[in-house]
Amino acid sequence: MPTRIRESRGQEMVLTAAAAVVIVLLSMLPMLRLVKEIVAPGGILSTAAVEAGLRSPATWIATWHTLVVGIGGTLLAVLSGTLVAVLVSLTDIRCRSALVLCYVMPLMIAPQVTALAWLQLFGPASPFLKLFGAAPPLGTKNPLYSTSGIILLLGVQYGPLVFLLVRAGLRKLPRELVEAARAGGANWFTVLATIVLPLMTPSIMAAAALAFVSCVGNFGIPAFLGIPANYLVLPTLIYQKLAGGGPAVLGETAFLSVLIGMIAMAGILAQEVMSRRRDYRISSTSLPAEPYELGRWRPVVQAGMWLLIVLVLVLPLFGLVLTSLVPGYGIALTAKTATLDNYRFVLFEHDAATRAFFNSFWLSIAAAFFAVIVAVPVGYLIAWGKQRWVRLLNLSVELPYALPGVVLAIASLLLFLRPIPLTGIQLYNTVWIILYAYLARFLVLALRPTISGYHQIDRALEEAAQVAGAGLFTRMRTIIFPLVAPAAVAGGLLIFMTALSELTVSALLWSSGSETIGVVMFSFEQGGDSNYAATMSVVTVAVTFALMLVTNLLAPHLPNGVLPWRD
Amino acid sequence: MARLTLDHVTKSFADFDAVKDVSIDVADGEFLAVLGPSGCGKTTLLRLIAGFEKVTSGEIRIGGDVVSNSGGSVGPERRRVGIVFQNYALWPHMSVAENIGYSLKVAKLDKAVARQKVEDALALVNLQGLGERRPANLSGGQRQRVALARCLVAAPSLVLFDEPLANLDVHLRASMEDEFAAFHERTGTTIVYITHDQTEAMALADRIAVMDRGRLVQLARPRDLYHEPANEMVASFISQGILLTADVLTGEESGHCKVRVLGSELVVRCRPGERPRAGAKICCRSADIEISADASGFDGLVKRAVYQGGAARIEFSPKAGPDLILHFEQPDPVVLENGAQARLRIKSGWLIPAAGTAF
Repeated sequence: MPTRIRESRGQEMVLTAAAAVVIVLLSMLPMLRLVKEIVAPGGILSTAAVEAGLRSPATWIATWHTLVVGIGGTLLAVLSGTLVAVLVSLTDIRCRSALVLCYVMPLMIAPQVTALAWLQLFGPASPFLKLFGAAPPLGTKNPLYSTSGIILLLGVQYGPLVFLLVRAGLRKLPRELVEAARAGGANWFTVLATIVLPLMTPSIMAAAALAFVSCVGNFGIPAFLGIPANYLVLPTLIYQKLAGGGPAVLGETAFLSVLIGMIAMAGILAQEVMSRRRDYRISSTSLPAEPYELGRWRPVVQAGMWLLIVLVLVLPLFGLVLTSLVPGYGIALTAKTATLDNYRFVLFEHDAATRAFFNSFWLSIAAAFFAVIVAVPVGYLIAWGKQRWVRLLNLSVELPYALPGVVLAIASLLLFLRPIPLTGIQLYNTVWIILYAYLARFLVLALRPTISGYHQIDRALEEAAQVAGAGLFTRMRTIIFPLVAPAAVAGGLLIFMTALSELTVSALLWSSGSETIGVVMFSFEQGGDSNYAATMSVVTVAVTFALMLVTNLLAPHLPNGVLPWRD
Repeated sequence: MARLTLDHVTKSFADFDAVKDVSIDVADGEFLAVLGPSGCGKTTLLRLIAGFEKVTSGEIRIGGDVVSNSGGSVGPERRRVGIVFQNYALWPHMSVAENIGYSLKVAKLDKAVARQKVEDALALVNLQGLGERRPANLSGGQRQRVALARCLVAAPSLVLFDEPLANLDVHLRASMEDEFAAFHERTGTTIVYITHDQTEAMALADRIAVMDRGRLVQLARPRDLYHEPANEMVASFISQGILLTADVLTGEESGHCKVRVLGSELVVRCRPGERPRAGAKICCRSADIEISADASGFDGLVKRAVYQGGAARIEFSPKAGPDLILHFEQPDPVVLENGAQARLRIKSGWLIPAAGTAF
């Protein structure tokens, strides 16, 4: 009998070991390397790097700025996201799905594209304002190059994130709790203030923490809006240091990136503490409450909502498209001046730009494909596995995505600055280091939907195959993969969309020949060629929207909440 | 087909014993029902037999081969058991024929042979011609039959049923019960059937194993379970038996003894070797209770009379034990009403063996 036992557990061991190796390589190794650089650079315990970092006034200024825009952006995102979630979830507003789709859309657009779009809208060269002759004179400072500009755009970018979490919470709110309060004589606003919002505290807190981490780690918006005004936050400070000093300053930037990581962690911890102070658990499940009838206010509220959509989505994208059609900076757009030359230039003529499209496409496809392949077995171990330590795997996969992207980028640089031991393979200064960072950072985007896919599948389906005599690998291939494939593939498509116009990681890792779309867009904008940057943005946004449509085809086979833009 | 032996099987989760020291010997071709309230450990027992859980101690043998003991466990894929799951567990991405033929494909059987076996299995459950359908397009009863066909096509040595009728409506249940009985007769397979529904267990099983809080409390033929429950739990669980405190007055004589219950004496059935003792319990069924026609029996009060069509269910509390509720049926014409005084008589009963005596 002992041999039979060993045989039947063999495949599970192989699977577990392989999953553990992948996760150690992608998630734990970079984090450990980063910590080692801070604690013991060069292998000797030393506090020199920390001390140098703490002495520099630039560190303190950038930290202060990071906190200001982080907290400001979070507040704006929480206020707007919660308001929209309450209006959409609890009232009888019309066209709900369309509203949700449009409101969530900015989340699918890369932050630097959002930044560029808004800059084009309000700047002195704005083709949009020129349409009415309302543009400020050339040479005026763009009002968005400021602290409040950064906070505004962070709020716009991450409001939808808060919206999604609060809306998910509101959907679980049992209607009895609302109806009991109404029956007790409370009017709608009293119910909202005394019942609904207090019960939503955990959702709102979690959303705030997530928004805070995103705001603090955001690179695109402070890079486009802050660098011209010389307003540096920690991610942009790291970028500038590395761009100026190269690998020599890696130790210093490692300290800065750990600092960002700690600020982000502090946000998450604060949320934990706040949520534990009271019992918010909702025990019963039931249908959602009847929507509140807005009555004669309905047209007003609806108009307000659509105005918001126009402001945060339609106008910026419209401005972006207009800019992409203008032949040069500051030229007004008319039927005569409109041209597609910019598109021809970035797609076919400019070397770096065409290379960037090629690089970003294959990097995104490779990252998405790999993540799907890994997510199915790892999700299996996490969702259905019996070993407790596997749950640790889950946590460590979350880490590279939960922490700001610069943290992972610096960790990857440290890891691959020198050739890989024993093999002599050099990843530094090649496109492969970007691929590594993408794999590490985005794996969780495919893993999360896959795990929720597993939770929706009846385990008996696998057990039935097991008693039919199928070993683990056979079951994986014939039963499990076909069943979780829609969720895993949807996760892969999310990865593709995110990675395609990604900037934070590649801005620190790119080298000549391995430019990404985000990097080239950024350098166009820095060089004053906003038209080209806008053109590239329009192309990526168009690709993203097309993919969203394709992904929608999978929707009937997916667990709720996998596609953020689906209501 | 094979014999199944559970030998002092215990399964603990952390500090909780889900199955405790259970020994059952299921004969080749026997239909055993495992019956118990929810949380009694019957599902864990099934998962132990199938191999999804490992035993903490004890041993499980199928057809003479040890498949589980504290040293290890043979994986479910190598036990050659078939399972009919509660919710059928049909793979939604495969057709009916693919579902049924899955184990043959896994075993790399010749395709033509496999196709023929699938056809035969479909015919056996009266689903000819539905092989190309998807499970989603079948009715509940049809899905159940596909699940049956799927487990029988591999000619398993042992078939496990996990509450297979729990998801069906009442009227489908009866017909599926017949189907299972026919299935057992045709194939002669050893069957372990998990259920919480006693009428189902009574109707189908050769023997019933009653479980309570992880322990096997009685293993007996359905008839014996009803007439001779081994303890108070079984007595009250099966057909709502009424438990009454009794003093045993005489020793056993040809299977009967005299007891005093509620102040009146009567003769009940009992185990061989029973001796006079105080504080014993007897179990009687509602059919054992009738209105006393003479001076025998005991007085009491009708607490509630619920007319149920053709008969009324009477809840009666005797004067000698006002906290007790005896229930019985009075056929039409119903004369007892709420609050009425009456005199009842117990015709017969079963003396529950003293705790700790073997059954």
